[in-house]
Amino acid sequence: MRARLPVGLADLSIGGVSQLHFTLNGAPAQVDADETELLLDVLRGKLELYGARFGCGAGQCGTCAVLLDGVPVMACSTEVGAVAGRAVTTVEGLGTPEAPHPLQTAFLELQAGQCGYCLSGLLVASAALIARNPDPGRAEIAQALDGHLCRCGVHNRVIDAVTLAARRMRAQPEQEGAPA
Amino acid sequence: MSLPAMLAANPRLDRWVGFEPDGRARIAFGRMEYGQGIATALAQLAADELDVPFARLRVVAAATGDVPDEGLTVGSMSLEVGGPALRAACAEVRAIFTAVAAERLGCPAGDLDVRDGGFLRAGRATGLDYWTLAGEVDLAREATGEAPVKTADRLRQVGESEPRLDLPAKVFGAAFLHDLVLPGMRHARVLRQPSPGARLAGLDEAAVRRAVPDVDILVDHSFVALICETEADAAKAHAAAEAAARWDGVRVMDPALSEPDALKGLPHEDFEAGAPRAGPSNRRRITARYGKPFISHGSLGPSMGLAQFEGGKLTIWTHNQGVYPMRGLAARITGLAPEAIEVIHGQGPGCYGHNGADDPPIDAALIAIRRPGRPIRVQWRREDEFGFAPVGTAMRMELAAELDPSGRLVDYTAEIWNTPHTGARGSAVAESALSGYVAPGKPPQRLMPDGSRFSGGLLNATPSYDIAATRTLEHVIETPIRSSSLRSLGGAPNTFAGESFIDEIAEAVGAEPLAYRLAMLSEPRARAVLTRLAEMCDWPRRWEAGTGRGLGLAYDRHRGRGAMVACAAEVEVEAEVRLVKLWCACDGGLIVNPDGAKNQLEGGMVMAASWTLKEQVQLGGAGITSTTWDDYPILRFSEVPPIEVELLNTREGRPMGLGEVSQGPVMAAIGNAVAHALAARIRDLPMTRERVAAALLAAP
Repeated sequence: MRARLPVGLADLSIGGVSQLHFTLNGAPAQVDADETELLLDVLRGKLELYGARFGCGAGQCGTCAVLLDGVPVMACSTEVGAVAGRAVTTVEGLGTPEAPHPLQTAFLELQAGQCGYCLSGLLVASAALIARNPDPGRAEIAQALDGHLCRCGVHNRVIDAVTLAARRMRAQPEQEGAPA
Repeated sequence: MSLPAMLAANPRLDRWVGFEPDGRARIAFGRMEYGQGIATALAQLAADELDVPFARLRVVAAATGDVPDEGLTVGSMSLEVGGPALRAACAEVRAIFTAVAAERLGCPAGDLDVRDGGFLRAGRATGLDYWTLAGEVDLAREATGEAPVKTADRLRQVGESEPRLDLPAKVFGAAFLHDLVLPGMRHARVLRQPSPGARLAGLDEAAVRRAVPDVDILVDHSFVALICETEADAAKAHAAAEAAARWDGVRVMDPALSEPDALKGLPHEDFEAGAPRAGPSNRRRITARYGKPFISHGSLGPSMGLAQFEGGKLTIWTHNQGVYPMRGLAARITGLAPEAIEVIHGQGPGCYGHNGADDPPIDAALIAIRRPGRPIRVQWRREDEFGFAPVGTAMRMELAAELDPSGRLVDYTAEIWNTPHTGARGSAVAESALSGYVAPGKPPQRLMPDGSRFSGGLLNATPSYDIAATRTLEHVIETPIRSSSLRSLGGAPNTFAGESFIDEIAEAVGAEPLAYRLAMLSEPRARAVLTRLAEMCDWPRRWEAGTGRGLGLAYDRHRGRGAMVACAAEVEVEAEVRLVKLWCACDGGLIVNPDGAKNQLEGGMVMAASWTLKEQVQLGGAGITSTTWDDYPILRFSEVPPIEVELLNTREGRPMGLGEVSQGPVMAAIGNAVAHALAARIRDLPMTRERVAAALLAAP
């Protein structure tokens, strides 16, 4: 397992625990972890980032989605060893209440959420979509989010919010680039 | 003057309202927010009655002792039952303060008005406000109910689409009880009995320790918990324990019970209500049978809870439907006095009724009492939520209609088989693992406001039209699986059946479905709803049946006395049913938060569309075998159609709960649209590819 880590990105240590280096929400990060630990466990259990949520543990619901080099992955089914040397973006990395990402602003503006458990995953997946397609249509948004479940039924509001955010980002591209 | 029930139960005014030194008004209520927006809507009601700006309110976080005891947050009753109590309390507080201000100013109270929390005389500021007077007014007194609440024309906050108070946190990261980290907290998982009452015959603890050497294994009778420093270790230890445990007395579930027809073969108790059974007649008689399987709540986040036992005091953190009911449940199961238990509420995933939320906090409490000191966190797995949380009951509905010579529906019988819809209330799945467990007896019969027998299975069992004679025959079966309340109880399935049946009757007499309904609907507000819906979906364009494309509609009045709701669906059916568009028109009385109301209606439509097309709990093995999202698919983004929702008469009358009113009409509208598309009727849910094929084969 350790062999597939790029040289210099994981320091060998006793007991299978390595020091992994990667970029987390735009800043350099390191964590002591067994590389077979799940990314979700490491984010929540060691890095105190709770935006990625436990939903199924099998990559079937999307609540734990984060971006890995800009591409959505399910953190519950990704070994942390796979992120060494790469960039991880969680919902916390999109924006803050003081400086929200246009998607976060649009989701709140259109009240695109009820219980909200699905939102972290939807937000990062939507950010990735807009980064590769600045003007997605309804079908493209639905396709991009199809691996994400929402039980409260806010799908239409989510699609409208992604459309709204994409439009604003096209109008002011300098404010928000592609996610890290 | 009589007090609203919840105010009578919690009469002390300071339990509801207070004015704090930081210039905020403190509002407390016993309704749990779980994403339905109730905290925001209730705060709007309070802001209006107090005349305090919405932004100056502080809504007290729910915890025993901190908020009034309003029982469970269920049945879309928060605005209907909780709203009047909060309004009356606020109105009385305003009146008390106004009287004190008037005395200070030496003027009649009638000369004073309140604006933005300050007292005005002839439109001018008096220098007095709630906060300057707060020191003189003791709200630790009982409400009298003598202060009238505002009439609708004087409400300002009510009717505004205030953004939800709980939503911002949920788009930036940590927001849920799941994210709470308590100092010294340990993580635990419970090795669940494969089925209730199963006995632990053996556990190879050494095998568990080989997986996680420092695991703390708790075994008490058949209750087994694996306690670790990290959640990942608890998961690992749990997986090892599952393989290392042997059980006796494991139930064998017959997979045939997955289909509602099987309910008829189970022991049941029978109840009859309504008009006496009709004797033989020459009237035309039509019958049809409908079915709905067991449905999972399908909460997106598996339930969790925390507990700490220290110095004889138990603290529980939960995202369930009520902090006081949780205290009662924990007291009963642990034997502790209620006063020794504090329950704190946190945000959780949507529950849609009685899901697993009550269980992990009880798991955690049982562990904490046996391991005093450090807090214990129990996170259920997806498989636990699907496999051990209560499910919504299956229902079999057999309907019979008699028509007069003109084709008008004059006699209606609904015969229903179901389990008690609120069966597992007040129980925890862990209980039967404990020594000395005795299965609870039958709960006392709940009554309707008019004194008649309440049963979740009877909600909307009779269509909401002018029908001369209606009756219900209900068979309440002993449930084969843990079942409890799911959004709308029997209301939505009954409306699916009843409103599908109305279309079948209309077709049998050669009537147009909308006209047939309007002809037996005298209530003007109901007619307005149905008429508006027909405009929204452009009903007159409806085409001949059997083209593969269908348009259907349905109507009901929730529980026969609540919101009036009509829905329409347009579908395309090839091998499968594809939703093209859904519409909803709703008269829900006085609307507190229009956008919140629409969000609830729309969400209910999507959930019910998912029930209609996809969902069925599969039984087998020791209980439930559909324990992953692969086994239990729900509607996805690419399958959710555009939805239009319109509210009518939004300033009219009392507010009516809207959380569970759109499901029934949308289910029937989809059913009617599918029947229109196929020229063949599907009467059993879900409407899968197999059922589409079967309906076409069976069609004449």
